[in-house]
Amino acid sequence: MAGSRGRGRSQFSFSVDALGFGRGDCLPSSAHTPSPLYPPMQFRPVPLHTGEEVDYMLALKQELRASSKNLPFHIKAARTKTDVARYSDKYQNGETKNNCIEWSPDWSRMPKELCIKVRKPRKTVIGAKPQLTRKPKAAAGKEEVLQKLEKREEEQHSEEEEDEEKKKQNEEEPDADEDYDEEELEDETDYIMSYFDNGEDFGADSEDNMDEAVY
Amino acid sequence: MTAQEVRLCGLLLQEHFGDVVEKVGTHLIRSGVLTLRALAHETKLPLDLVKKSLCVLMQHGMCAFGAGRRGPAGPVEYHIICEHILHMLRYPRYIYTAKSLYGDTGELIVEEILQRGQMTMSSTVKTVADRLTHNMPEGQSMDYSEVVSAFSRLVETHFLQRCPPMASAGSSSSEAVNTPLPVWSTRMVYIVPVKIELMHKCQGKRRRSSEDGEAEQRAAKKTKTDNSERGDEGIYWQVNFQRFHLHFRDQAIISAVSCKLDQTSSEIVRTMLRMSEVTTPAHAAFTQALSANEIFRALPFSYNIARPILDQYLTLLVNDPMEFVGRTGDSGGGMYVVNLHRALANLARATLESVVQERFGSRSARIFRLLLRKRHLEQKQVEDFAMVPAKEAKDMLYTLLSENLVQLQEIPKTPDYAPSRTFYLYTVNQLPTARLLLQHCYKTVGNLIERRLYETKENKRLLEKSQQIEAILASLQATGAEAAQLTEVEEMITAPERQQLESLQHHINKLDSSENQVDETIFLLESYINSTQR
Repeated sequence: MAGSRGRGRSQFSFSVDALGFGRGDCLPSSAHTPSPLYPPMQFRPVPLHTGEEVDYMLALKQELRASSKNLPFHIKAARTKTDVARYSDKYQNGETKNNCIEWSPDWSRMPKELCIKVRKPRKTVIGAKPQLTRKPKAAAGKEEVLQKLEKREEEQHSEEEEDEEKKKQNEEEPDADEDYDEEELEDETDYIMSYFDNGEDFGADSEDNMDEAVY
Repeated sequence: MTAQEVRLCGLLLQEHFGDVVEKVGTHLIRSGVLTLRALAHETKLPLDLVKKSLCVLMQHGMCAFGAGRRGPAGPVEYHIICEHILHMLRYPRYIYTAKSLYGDTGELIVEEILQRGQMTMSSTVKTVADRLTHNMPEGQSMDYSEVVSAFSRLVETHFLQRCPPMASAGSSSSEAVNTPLPVWSTRMVYIVPVKIELMHKCQGKRRRSSEDGEAEQRAAKKTKTDNSERGDEGIYWQVNFQRFHLHFRDQAIISAVSCKLDQTSSEIVRTMLRMSEVTTPAHAAFTQALSANEIFRALPFSYNIARPILDQYLTLLVNDPMEFVGRTGDSGGGMYVVNLHRALANLARATLESVVQERFGSRSARIFRLLLRKRHLEQKQVEDFAMVPAKEAKDMLYTLLSENLVQLQEIPKTPDYAPSRTFYLYTVNQLPTARLLLQHCYKTVGNLIERRLYETKENKRLLEKSQQIEAILASLQATGAEAAQLTEVEEMITAPERQQLESLQHHINKLDSSENQVDETIFLLESYINSTQR
């Protein structure tokens, strides 16, 4: 407001009527600090709606939230291995890998650059275990053994992919296979997968809550 | 995109799809349009994770791609559609509406499609039928044809729509230019494909379900892409949010009429809206004109209203200051329309007034309403009209001014804006105030979500323990354990812990239902603002 200075010292540049306060009134104090983060409320808020409809939608919301965590759309970054590579890594296929996508979108509707390998859930097919037939015979010399070991490693990687393709074709098999616990029988072990605990999780949880002693 | 909207989108993405998608999504919202490489570089995430996140977002219709700035030869650019992310707040309301209109079957269909983004009809039908069969008592199984008929009804009333075909982008763009795309008419958006073969697994035999209409058969044969076993590969369905919003808007108008007037008037308005559902375009300011004769014939049977009484009710509705119904002519006993945009504006105005009343008291609300009606008023006039003493009026006006709900308009008498020779008028503009309140609502929902996450995090240990114990109890019950064992396991949670769990659950429920309630206000304000933009 570019107000013109009053002529006399006692004259104010604005008419006191227009602003609604008299001459002698004390003005409210000016603010020195920002307003408080949680100012006290003058009026209590109105209570929430209640009723059957509200309860149903509440239940729906919580259900949706819980189930969306289990869908393949919930993407978690693969944990980077900080330690030495362990033997049990080979059998822990439940972990997500960055370069696979867990569901199969319609690639014709998406740009080609987004195409990524689709990871089918590994269904164990008891009858066809091609790995058993692939065991190479004992090699004579050490070098040959090493070479064969390397080859076997590569074969296993490629056969994993072959396995997946076979399983894609075997999708129409009766659903009895699905009932098999995947974790129970994988590859060549006789052990239940959940018994494998390579100790990575120990101590990884946050230790903020130091109330309880850790034995 | 405002800061509050971006924050809320980030929180919603994180809740449903995890941290990775949240990071990618918020960065893409802030940047506008980006290519894949740029996005990966700027978010410093591995390329594969970015690809996966974009796939998820595109599956749910929240991200779209298009030819980049360098034309079809350059890399594809992606952008986020923010409204679809914000619609995630409203998913429970959509599902509940489907349930109230089409029963459990409709509810599950809409829920499946909402969770998966886009689905083919056959996979939806199969999943829903399996779910329903699972919940039924032993021996019964859900008939596929029932689910198919529910699906068709949803499509006919436009609650579900077909996803538009994508032009193939990326490296094959040159081919796309040469081959002409099939003609995509809006008519085909709501046609259910004919002759889908569905494996009826429960009975172990194949079933052929055929729909009606020969004309549709011909159209569907053109759109059927390839012959796979299901017959409808490539035809994806998504939820038509706009149709749901129209339905919510109608519901809001009807409930407002029933609150303000009475049940019978709301039935009349409901009949009028139902009759003009198909003829009114989405963004029309008012419905098609309906004659009083037509309304009389279309009223539901249970409402035995005589013709002159109907005329009286219509006159009452027309004369009501809320202006829901207007009279546009005299033929056919009087032509009446429902004023949609004006109804929305009045509903938004009522929301604003109620907000002021609840936050600042009824006298401030009186001043606010006064300013809304009289547009511009001086300080003195405000005191006189509102019948509030001068000091308090000044106080309230300055509080409202500091909250930006009221604006000051200066009208100078002289060109030098001297304060003694300038009029200072207080005014309220409805549209900017509505936008301001909408941003407040977004911030509120963001705060509610953050508080809920904080509460959950604080009690994480307790929640995990209770989940484990529930799992143990469930497995024990499944194997048939004695009551003593069950009580022993239950006692592993101590009484104060149980109390803590209960209060935590109570808080989370309260926060969740607050979110739902704020979302209703968001919907009203958004509809009002969108109606003014056309």
